[in-house]
Amino acid sequence: MAVIIETPNSPRTKKQANWEKYGWLFMRVSGPLLIVLVFTHLISNLVVGEGIKAIDFAFVAGKWADPFWQVWDLAMLWLAMIHGTNGMRTIVNDYAEHETVRKSLITILWAVCGLLVLLGTLVIFTFDPCPAGAAVELLPSFCPVN
Amino acid sequence: MADKAIAEVISLKVTLMIRRFDPEVDSEAKWVDYDIEMYGTDRVLDALHKVKWEIDGSLTFRRSCAHGVCGSDAMRINGRNRLACKTLIKDLDLSQPIYIEPIKGLPVEKDLIVDMNPFYQAYRDINPFLMANDKPKRERLQSPEDRARYDDTTKCILCAACTTSCPVFWTDGQYFGPAAIVNAHRFIFDSRDEGAEVRLDILNDKEGVWRCRTTFNCTEACPRGIEVTKAIAEVKQAILKGRA
Repeated sequence: MAVIIETPNSPRTKKQANWEKYGWLFMRVSGPLLIVLVFTHLISNLVVGEGIKAIDFAFVAGKWADPFWQVWDLAMLWLAMIHGTNGMRTIVNDYAEHETVRKSLITILWAVCGLLVLLGTLVIFTFDPCPAGAAVELLPSFCPVN
Repeated sequence: MADKAIAEVISLKVTLMIRRFDPEVDSEAKWVDYDIEMYGTDRVLDALHKVKWEIDGSLTFRRSCAHGVCGSDAMRINGRNRLACKTLIKDLDLSQPIYIEPIKGLPVEKDLIVDMNPFYQAYRDINPFLMANDKPKRERLQSPEDRARYDDTTKCILCAACTTSCPVFWTDGQYFGPAAIVNAHRFIFDSRDEGAEVRLDILNDKEGVWRCRTTFNCTEACPRGIEVTKAIAEVKQAILKGRA
Protein backbone atom coordinates (compact mmCIF):
# COMPACT_ATOMS: atom_id res chain seq x y z
CA MET A 1 0.00 0.00 0.00
CA ALA A 2 1.29 3.37 -0.94
CA VAL A 3 1.99 5.66 1.94
CA ILE A 4 0.52 9.10 1.41
CA ILE A 5 2.65 11.87 2.77
CA GLU A 6 1.17 15.31 2.77
CA THR A 7 3.33 18.11 1.41
CA PRO A 8 5.42 18.77 4.51
CA ASN A 9 5.72 22.51 4.04
CA SER A 10 3.13 25.09 3.14
CA PRO A 11 4.21 28.62 2.17
CA ARG A 12 4.62 30.96 5.07
CA THR A 13 1.86 33.46 5.57
CA LYS A 14 2.51 36.62 3.61
CA LYS A 15 4.42 39.08 5.70
CA GLN A 16 3.92 42.80 5.74
CA ALA A 17 5.85 45.12 3.46
CA ASN A 18 9.51 44.21 3.69
CA TRP A 19 11.55 47.34 4.23
CA GLU A 20 14.89 45.55 3.88
CA LYS A 21 14.16 44.80 0.24
CA TYR A 22 13.05 48.34 -0.56
CA GLY A 23 15.97 49.75 1.42
CA TRP A 24 18.36 47.64 -0.63
CA LEU A 25 16.72 48.77 -3.86
CA PHE A 26 16.70 52.42 -2.78
CA MET A 27 20.46 52.34 -2.13
CA ARG A 28 21.09 51.03 -5.62
CA VAL A 29 18.82 53.55 -7.33
CA SER A 30 19.85 56.59 -5.29
CA GLY A 31 23.59 55.81 -5.51
CA PRO A 32 24.03 56.40 -9.28
CA LEU A 33 21.55 59.31 -9.15
CA LEU A 34 23.62 60.96 -6.41
CA ILE A 35 26.81 60.60 -8.43
CA VAL A 36 25.20 62.60 -11.27
CA LEU A 37 23.56 65.13 -8.92
CA VAL A 38 26.61 65.75 -6.74
CA PHE A 39 29.20 65.98 -9.50
CA THR A 40 27.05 68.26 -11.65
CA HIS A 41 26.56 70.40 -8.54
CA LEU A 42 30.31 70.52 -7.89
CA ILE A 43 31.24 71.29 -11.49
CA SER A 44 28.59 74.00 -11.94
CA ASN A 45 29.58 75.64 -8.64
CA LEU A 46 33.34 75.28 -8.62
CA VAL A 47 34.62 74.78 -12.15
CA VAL A 48 32.42 76.40 -14.78
CA GLY A 49 32.64 80.17 -15.40
CA GLU A 50 34.63 82.08 -12.81
CA GLY A 51 35.04 78.89 -10.78
CA ILE A 52 35.26 78.97 -7.04
CA LYS A 53 35.66 82.80 -6.95
CA ALA A 54 32.09 83.23 -8.18
CA ILE A 55 30.61 81.85 -4.97
CA ASP A 56 29.10 84.47 -2.71
CA PHE A 57 25.66 85.26 -1.33
CA ALA A 58 24.49 86.56 -4.70
CA PHE A 59 25.60 83.35 -6.44
CA VAL A 60 23.63 81.10 -4.04
CA ALA A 61 20.63 83.45 -4.04
CA GLY A 62 20.68 83.51 -7.83
CA LYS A 63 20.69 79.72 -7.99
CA TRP A 64 17.82 79.32 -5.56
CA ALA A 65 15.75 81.82 -7.46
CA ASP A 66 15.74 79.28 -10.29
CA PRO A 67 13.18 76.43 -9.90
CA PHE A 68 15.56 74.10 -11.74
CA TRP A 69 18.27 74.41 -9.08
CA GLN A 70 15.65 74.34 -6.32
CA VAL A 71 14.47 70.93 -7.49
CA TRP A 72 18.07 69.84 -8.09
CA ASP A 73 19.20 70.76 -4.57
CA LEU A 74 16.03 69.33 -3.06
CA ALA A 75 16.61 65.98 -4.79
CA MET A 76 20.24 66.03 -3.68
CA LEU A 77 19.26 66.81 -0.09
CA TRP A 78 16.60 64.13 0.23
CA LEU A 79 18.49 61.39 -1.59
CA ALA A 80 21.81 62.05 0.16
CA MET A 81 20.25 62.24 3.61
CA ILE A 82 18.17 59.07 3.24
CA HIS A 83 21.01 57.23 1.47
CA GLY A 84 23.51 58.22 4.15
CA THR A 85 21.19 57.51 7.06
CA ASN A 86 20.24 54.12 5.68
CA GLY A 87 23.94 53.33 5.30
CA MET A 88 24.54 54.35 8.91
CA ARG A 89 21.57 52.22 9.97
CA THR A 90 23.20 49.24 8.26
CA ILE A 91 26.45 49.86 10.11
CA VAL A 92 24.56 50.16 13.42
CA ASN A 93 22.78 46.89 12.67
CA ASP A 94 26.15 45.28 12.02
CA TYR A 95 27.94 46.51 15.09
CA ALA A 96 25.48 47.39 17.88
CA GLU A 97 25.08 44.19 19.84
CA HIS A 98 22.55 45.29 22.46
CA GLU A 99 19.01 45.63 21.22
CA THR A 100 18.28 48.79 23.25
CA VAL A 101 21.48 50.48 22.05
CA ARG A 102 20.70 49.49 18.48
CA LYS A 103 17.11 50.71 18.62
CA SER A 104 18.00 54.04 20.26
CA LEU A 105 20.87 54.70 17.81
CA ILE A 106 18.58 54.04 14.87
CA THR A 107 15.84 56.23 16.32
CA ILE A 108 18.35 59.08 16.82
CA LEU A 109 19.66 58.59 13.27
CA TRP A 110 16.25 58.92 11.65
CA ALA A 111 15.25 61.80 13.92
CA VAL A 112 18.39 63.74 12.92
CA CYS A 113 17.83 62.84 9.27
CA GLY A 114 14.21 64.01 9.42
CA LEU A 115 15.18 67.27 11.11
CA LEU A 116 17.91 68.06 8.58
CA VAL A 117 15.70 67.19 5.63
CA LEU A 118 12.93 69.38 7.04
CA LEU A 119 15.28 72.32 7.70
CA GLY A 120 16.94 71.99 4.30
CA THR A 121 13.63 71.81 2.46
CA LEU A 122 12.41 74.85 4.37
CA VAL A 123 15.53 76.82 3.48
CA ILE A 124 15.33 75.95 -0.22
CA PHE A 125 11.72 77.07 -0.52
CA THR A 126 11.59 80.00 1.89
CA PHE A 127 14.96 81.47 1.02
CA ASP A 128 14.81 85.25 0.59
CA PRO A 129 17.34 86.34 -2.06
CA CYS A 130 16.81 90.04 -1.31
CA PRO A 131 16.73 90.48 2.48
CA ALA A 132 15.79 93.97 3.59
CA GLY A 133 18.62 96.13 4.90
CA ALA A 134 21.43 94.06 3.36
CA ALA A 135 24.42 95.71 1.72
CA VAL A 136 23.47 96.34 -1.89
CA GLU A 137 26.73 95.09 -3.41
CA LEU A 138 26.19 91.63 -1.86
CA LEU A 139 22.72 91.09 -3.35
CA PRO A 140 21.97 89.42 -6.68
CA SER A 141 21.38 91.69 -9.65
CA PHE A 142 17.62 91.04 -9.85
CA CYS A 143 16.82 92.49 -6.40
CA PRO A 144 14.58 95.63 -6.54
CA VAL A 145 17.08 97.77 -4.57
CA ASN A 146 19.40 97.54 -7.53
CA MET B 1 64.24 -0.85 -12.84
CA ALA B 2 63.06 2.68 -12.58
CA ASP B 3 66.14 4.79 -12.25
CA LYS B 4 64.42 8.06 -11.70
CA ALA B 5 65.70 9.97 -8.74
CA ILE B 6 62.88 10.76 -6.41
CA ALA B 7 63.34 14.11 -4.78
CA GLU B 8 63.82 13.81 -1.08
CA VAL B 9 60.86 15.01 0.90
CA ILE B 10 61.86 18.17 2.67
CA SER B 11 61.66 18.43 6.41
CA LEU B 12 60.23 21.55 7.99
CA LYS B 13 60.49 22.98 11.48
CA VAL B 14 57.21 24.65 12.28
CA THR B 15 55.70 26.40 15.24
CA LEU B 16 51.98 26.01 15.76
CA MET B 17 50.14 28.63 17.77
CA ILE B 18 46.85 27.05 18.72
CA ARG B 19 43.98 28.91 20.35
CA ARG B 20 43.08 26.63 23.22
CA PHE B 21 40.15 26.68 25.60
CA ASP B 22 39.12 24.10 28.17
CA PRO B 23 35.75 25.09 29.64
CA GLU B 24 36.46 23.09 32.81
CA VAL B 25 39.70 24.93 33.60
CA ASP B 26 39.97 28.16 31.61
CA SER B 27 37.87 31.29 31.93
CA GLU B 28 39.02 32.43 28.51
CA ALA B 29 40.91 31.10 25.52
CA LYS B 30 44.71 31.31 25.34
CA TRP B 31 47.40 30.80 22.70
CA VAL B 32 49.63 27.75 23.19
CA ASP B 33 52.68 27.10 21.01
CA TYR B 34 54.07 23.78 19.83
CA ASP B 35 57.37 23.27 17.98
CA ILE B 36 57.24 20.26 15.71
CA GLU B 37 59.04 18.85 12.73
CA MET B 38 56.91 18.08 9.70
CA TYR B 39 57.44 16.88 6.14
CA GLY B 40 56.88 19.08 3.11
CA THR B 41 54.02 16.80 2.10
CA ASP B 42 52.15 17.25 5.38
CA ARG B 43 49.00 19.22 5.88
CA VAL B 44 47.95 21.32 8.86
CA LEU B 45 45.72 18.44 9.93
CA ASP B 46 48.80 16.17 10.12
CA ALA B 47 50.46 18.76 12.34
CA LEU B 48 47.42 18.79 14.62
CA HIS B 49 47.50 14.99 14.73
CA LYS B 50 51.18 15.07 15.62
CA VAL B 51 50.45 17.40 18.52
CA LYS B 52 47.49 15.37 19.71
CA TRP B 53 49.12 11.95 19.33
CA GLU B 54 52.65 12.77 20.45
CA ILE B 55 52.62 15.90 22.60
CA ASP B 56 49.27 16.71 24.19
CA GLY B 57 46.37 14.28 23.90
CA SER B 58 43.94 16.83 25.29
CA LEU B 59 44.02 18.93 22.10
CA THR B 60 40.49 18.79 20.73
CA PHE B 61 39.38 19.30 17.15
CA ARG B 62 36.93 17.80 14.67
CA ARG B 63 37.96 15.78 11.67
CA SER B 64 36.36 12.86 9.97
CA CYS B 65 37.33 11.93 6.43
CA ALA B 66 40.51 14.04 6.46
CA HIS B 67 40.35 14.42 2.69
CA GLY B 68 38.35 17.58 2.08
CA VAL B 69 34.98 15.91 1.63
CA CYS B 70 33.20 15.81 4.98
CA GLY B 71 33.81 19.43 5.96
CA SER B 72 34.49 18.70 9.65
CA ASP B 73 37.82 20.45 10.08
CA ALA B 74 37.11 24.01 8.99
CA MET B 75 39.24 26.30 11.13
CA ARG B 76 40.87 29.70 11.01
CA ILE B 77 44.47 29.21 9.86
CA ASN B 78 46.64 32.34 9.75
CA GLY B 79 43.47 34.44 9.83
CA ARG B 80 41.76 32.69 6.95
CA ASN B 81 39.06 30.04 7.09
CA ARG B 82 40.33 26.82 5.55
CA LEU B 83 40.01 23.07 5.88
CA ALA B 84 43.02 21.81 7.86
CA CYS B 85 43.04 18.70 5.67
CA LYS B 86 43.38 20.72 2.45
CA THR B 87 46.05 23.17 3.63
CA LEU B 88 49.63 22.10 2.95
CA ILE B 89 52.09 23.34 5.54
CA LYS B 90 54.70 24.21 2.89
CA ASP B 91 52.22 26.64 1.28
CA LEU B 92 52.05 28.74 4.44
CA ASP B 93 54.49 31.42 5.49
CA LEU B 94 56.83 29.44 7.75
CA SER B 95 58.97 32.40 8.77
CA GLN B 96 56.37 32.91 11.48
CA PRO B 97 54.21 30.54 13.54
CA ILE B 98 51.09 29.01 12.04
CA TYR B 99 48.14 30.47 13.93
CA ILE B 100 45.20 28.09 14.31
CA GLU B 101 41.89 29.23 15.82
CA PRO B 102 38.34 27.93 15.87
CA ILE B 103 36.03 29.44 13.23
CA LYS B 104 34.52 32.73 14.38
CA GLY B 105 30.93 33.65 15.18
CA LEU B 106 29.86 30.36 16.76
CA PRO B 107 30.22 29.54 20.48
CA VAL B 108 33.50 27.74 21.24
CA GLU B 109 32.95 24.51 23.17
CA LYS B 110 36.53 23.32 23.55
CA ASP B 111 39.78 24.20 21.73
CA LEU B 112 38.92 24.17 18.02
CA ILE B 113 35.39 22.80 18.43
CA VAL B 114 32.45 25.17 18.09
CA ASP B 115 28.73 24.64 18.56
CA MET B 116 27.48 24.16 15.00
CA ASN B 117 23.78 24.09 15.91
CA PRO B 118 22.96 27.73 15.03
CA PHE B 119 24.62 27.10 11.66
CA TYR B 120 22.61 23.92 11.03
CA GLN B 121 19.39 25.62 12.17
CA ALA B 122 19.75 28.26 9.45
CA TYR B 123 20.33 25.41 6.97
CA ARG B 124 17.17 23.62 8.17
CA ASP B 125 15.15 26.82 7.94
CA ILE B 126 15.55 27.10 4.17
CA ASN B 127 13.99 23.65 3.55
CA PRO B 128 17.04 21.84 2.16
CA PHE B 129 15.10 19.10 0.37
CA LEU B 130 13.27 18.64 -2.92
CA MET B 131 9.77 20.09 -2.74
CA ALA B 132 7.52 18.65 -5.43
CA ASN B 133 3.85 17.81 -5.34
CA ASP B 134 3.59 15.19 -8.06
CA LYS B 135 4.38 11.57 -7.32
CA PRO B 136 6.26 10.32 -10.37
CA LYS B 137 6.51 6.64 -11.32
CA ARG B 138 10.10 7.11 -12.49
CA GLU B 139 13.00 9.46 -11.90
CA ARG B 140 12.52 13.17 -12.58
CA LEU B 141 14.35 13.99 -15.79
CA GLN B 142 16.39 17.14 -16.20
CA SER B 143 18.32 18.54 -19.15
CA PRO B 144 22.07 19.06 -18.81
CA GLU B 145 21.48 22.82 -19.15
CA ASP B 146 18.99 22.85 -16.30
CA ARG B 147 21.39 20.81 -14.19
CA ALA B 148 24.23 23.19 -14.96
CA ARG B 149 22.18 26.16 -13.70
CA TYR B 150 22.76 25.27 -10.04
CA ASP B 151 25.80 23.00 -10.38
CA ASP B 152 28.09 25.34 -8.44
CA THR B 153 25.97 25.33 -5.30
CA THR B 154 25.64 21.52 -5.18
CA LYS B 155 29.29 21.37 -4.13
CA CYS B 156 28.64 22.64 -0.60
CA ILE B 157 29.87 20.36 2.19
CA LEU B 158 28.45 22.46 5.07
CA CYS B 159 31.86 23.07 6.62
CA ALA B 160 30.75 26.58 7.75
CA ALA B 161 33.94 28.21 6.44
CA CYS B 162 31.89 30.77 4.48
CA THR B 163 29.31 31.62 7.13
CA THR B 164 31.96 32.03 9.84
CA SER B 165 34.08 34.28 7.60
CA CYS B 166 31.15 36.67 7.13
CA PRO B 167 31.47 39.91 9.15
CA VAL B 168 27.69 40.29 9.17
CA PHE B 169 27.33 36.85 10.75
CA TRP B 170 30.01 37.65 13.36
CA THR B 171 27.90 40.45 14.80
CA ASP B 172 24.43 39.24 13.90
CA GLY B 173 23.92 35.58 14.70
CA GLN B 174 20.37 35.82 13.36
CA TYR B 175 21.60 36.29 9.78
CA PHE B 176 20.94 33.17 7.71
CA GLY B 177 24.53 33.24 6.49
CA PRO B 178 26.11 32.36 3.14
CA ALA B 179 25.93 28.57 3.56
CA ALA B 180 22.15 28.53 4.11
CA ILE B 181 21.64 30.84 1.12
CA VAL B 182 23.91 28.68 -1.05
CA ASN B 183 21.85 25.61 -0.18
CA ALA B 184 18.61 27.49 -0.83
CA HIS B 185 20.09 28.51 -4.22
CA ARG B 186 20.74 24.84 -4.97
CA PHE B 187 16.97 24.15 -4.83
CA ILE B 188 15.59 27.53 -5.96
CA PHE B 189 17.29 27.13 -9.35
CA ASP B 190 16.59 23.40 -9.66
CA SER B 191 14.03 22.94 -12.45
CA ARG B 192 12.52 19.89 -10.67
CA ASP B 193 11.80 21.78 -7.48
CA GLU B 194 8.53 23.61 -6.87
CA GLY B 195 9.37 25.29 -3.59
CA ALA B 196 11.29 28.29 -4.95
CA GLU B 197 8.57 30.71 -3.87
CA VAL B 198 8.63 29.40 -0.30
CA ARG B 199 12.41 29.66 -0.07
CA LEU B 200 12.56 33.10 -1.68
CA ASP B 201 9.95 34.22 0.82
CA ILE B 202 12.02 32.85 3.70
CA LEU B 203 15.17 34.61 2.47
CA ASN B 204 13.33 37.88 1.75
CA ASP B 205 13.56 38.48 5.47
CA LYS B 206 15.08 41.09 7.72
CA GLU B 207 17.84 38.54 8.43
CA GLY B 208 17.83 37.16 4.89
CA VAL B 209 19.77 38.00 1.74
CA TRP B 210 19.50 41.79 2.20
CA ARG B 211 21.92 41.61 5.14
CA CYS B 212 24.65 40.52 2.69
CA ARG B 213 27.25 43.27 2.33
CA THR B 214 29.03 41.65 -0.66
CA THR B 215 32.42 41.61 1.06
CA PHE B 216 33.31 38.38 -0.81
CA ASN B 217 34.80 36.84 2.37
CA CYS B 218 32.60 33.78 1.79
CA THR B 219 33.74 33.24 -1.79
CA GLU B 220 37.35 33.52 -0.66
CA ALA B 221 36.82 31.12 2.24
CA CYS B 222 34.98 28.35 0.40
CA PRO B 223 37.25 25.27 0.21
CA ARG B 224 35.10 23.95 -2.63
CA GLY B 225 35.54 27.05 -4.78
CA ILE B 226 31.82 27.88 -4.82
CA GLU B 227 31.12 31.43 -5.99
CA VAL B 228 29.11 32.12 -2.85
CA THR B 229 28.63 35.87 -3.24
CA LYS B 230 27.45 35.36 -6.81
CA ALA B 231 24.91 32.78 -5.63
CA ILE B 232 23.61 35.23 -3.00
CA ALA B 233 23.34 37.95 -5.68
CA GLU B 234 21.34 35.57 -7.87
CA VAL B 235 18.92 34.89 -5.02
CA LYS B 236 18.54 38.67 -4.51
CA GLN B 237 17.75 39.06 -8.21
CA ALA B 238 15.24 36.20 -8.04
CA ILE B 239 13.45 37.84 -5.11
CA LEU B 240 13.32 41.19 -6.94
CA LYS B 241 11.90 39.53 -10.06
CA GLY B 242 9.58 37.37 -7.98
CA ARG B 243 10.75 34.16 -9.60
CA ALA B 244 13.73 31.88 -9.98
